[in-house]
Amino acid sequence: MLTFGTVGHMQERVQKGREAGSRTEDAVGGAHSTVRGDQIKSDLDDILDEIDEVLEENAEEFVRNYVQKGGQ
Amino acid sequence: MTSRKVMGIETEYGIIARNLDVSPSVASSILVNSYTDDGPSLRVWDFDRETPHVDARDDGVVAGTHPMVEPMMANAVLPNGARYYVDHAHPEYSTPECASPGQAVIHDRAGELVIEESMQRARLRLPEGAELIAYKNNSDGKGNSYGCHENYLVPREVPFGRIQGAMLAHFVSRQVFCGAGKVGVEVPRQGENRPMFQLSQRADFFEEEVGLETTIRRPIVNTRDEPHANPALYRRLHVIAGDANMSEVATWLKLGTTALVLSCLEDDEFGTGLGPVDPVSAVRAVSHDITLRAAYECLDGSMRTALAVQEEILARVTSWFGRQDVDPLGGEGPGVLAEWSRTLELLGSDPSRTADTVDWVAKLRIIEGFADRHGADWDDARLRAVDLQYHDMRPGRGLARRAKLRRLVPDAAADAARNEPPSGTRAYFRGACLARWPDKVVSASWDGIVLDTAAGLVRLPMDEPLKGTKDLVGRLLSAATDVDHLVEMLGSSAVVPVESDPGW
Repeated sequence: MLTFGTVGHMQERVQKGREAGSRTEDAVGGAHSTVRGDQIKSDLDDILDEIDEVLEENAEEFVRNYVQKGGQ
Repeated sequence: MTSRKVMGIETEYGIIARNLDVSPSVASSILVNSYTDDGPSLRVWDFDRETPHVDARDDGVVAGTHPMVEPMMANAVLPNGARYYVDHAHPEYSTPECASPGQAVIHDRAGELVIEESMQRARLRLPEGAELIAYKNNSDGKGNSYGCHENYLVPREVPFGRIQGAMLAHFVSRQVFCGAGKVGVEVPRQGENRPMFQLSQRADFFEEEVGLETTIRRPIVNTRDEPHANPALYRRLHVIAGDANMSEVATWLKLGTTALVLSCLEDDEFGTGLGPVDPVSAVRAVSHDITLRAAYECLDGSMRTALAVQEEILARVTSWFGRQDVDPLGGEGPGVLAEWSRTLELLGSDPSRTADTVDWVAKLRIIEGFADRHGADWDDARLRAVDLQYHDMRPGRGLARRAKLRRLVPDAAADAARNEPPSGTRAYFRGACLARWPDKVVSASWDGIVLDTAAGLVRLPMDEPLKGTKDLVGRLLSAATDVDHLVEMLGSSAVVPVESDPGW
């Protein structure tokens, strides 16, 4: 799990934003916030499924060998 | 009087060779040649007029080091007016000159397709199992960086000091919406906890405020004064302080906002005070803080966050734009201002809602999601792999194309732009001549083209980027039966005899 401060802040911000968004949407019509939240979650799940399929098999070797010299 | 903005993007791609023991230079050459050998292109670029060592600050020549492009390496001009070549150890694609940020996005996408096609063709000519893979990013995570440069045409009369002040303010703060995101930090700031993720690929590599270099001691504002146009009338602002974007909206905003700030300052209506007191420190402070809360001291004495600086830049540009009769972005100005405003608002309230347009947010979202799903920690190599693979140019592997980014350019338009030049700049004339008379174009450069005529070689100077457009020369080109006829119709004043073949 991610425990680092920087990302923690991000998640906190994202969470706050979502709560604020949900409140507005709740005032308009209760169901929407859940629908939007579910949509975002299922979008991300789809993306992550695809990433699992296409991610380099040996991540460590790939990252180690990725060296780019002589750039501007 | 506001002038139409001419702009373009040069992208140095990262490259790796799999199951093939070649140097990066050779790998890059194979990649470029795989494309240019089989398609319509001209394999000679005219270096005669390249002067990358002239400094904008004093209009003099400085003995700076600059990477000479080796004449023997792959170096071609394409029928869309672009230049596709090897810059030392990287394949590089320079879009043709474009007369709006939207045009430049189309041609940046065309460049991606050229790279894609090159990888496919290279595979066919390499041994079984060998592969060349290109990455549209700017950092290898090991201290090396390579650039995505923007170019903007600016009237010579605008004092460079004014450009420098406004650009420092903009480049340091625009990272919030055009950073491509990166796992890790190579150059931590003094006393900071090394952040695990930052906004920009490039921020760690700037060591100077202003300067001529592009490969060492990189400056935030680059002073290379090589206009590729009439030097008495123009300068070219060569921007090295930006990331290569996968998001089309981010590319559009990066170019659109920068072009608007330039147009505003050309009218001397941008004002001063928004630049950081310590730009090198500020560019990293902004990049290293994904909460967007880091404030830095500005020249007017205020402490502002990058978002607050951007809001003030937007306010100044919007107010100036409202008083203009002519849109320097050819009709895209209002759209750029609206998207800019919307993006800043969302970044200020809920950054996650920009995951379909802002690269660093899109990347962070999938990296966090991946880490949650697999219980991966920040030192897990898979997170760096996701970061690199976000920029993988292979359709079957690239993660950015799976990130549900909002698209601006239909695939068909990007594909057509591989062969069709923009109609509103001199790139039209360059591309059209090459498509029409591939055997008679001896060499080409940004500001001229050499034709093989019955009377010998002649050079057609094109030092006015807004001439040679479809409107101005389209009918002439259609009417011309061959290059001799073309030269005859253009008149003797349009051409210069060439003593010897300037190409290689």
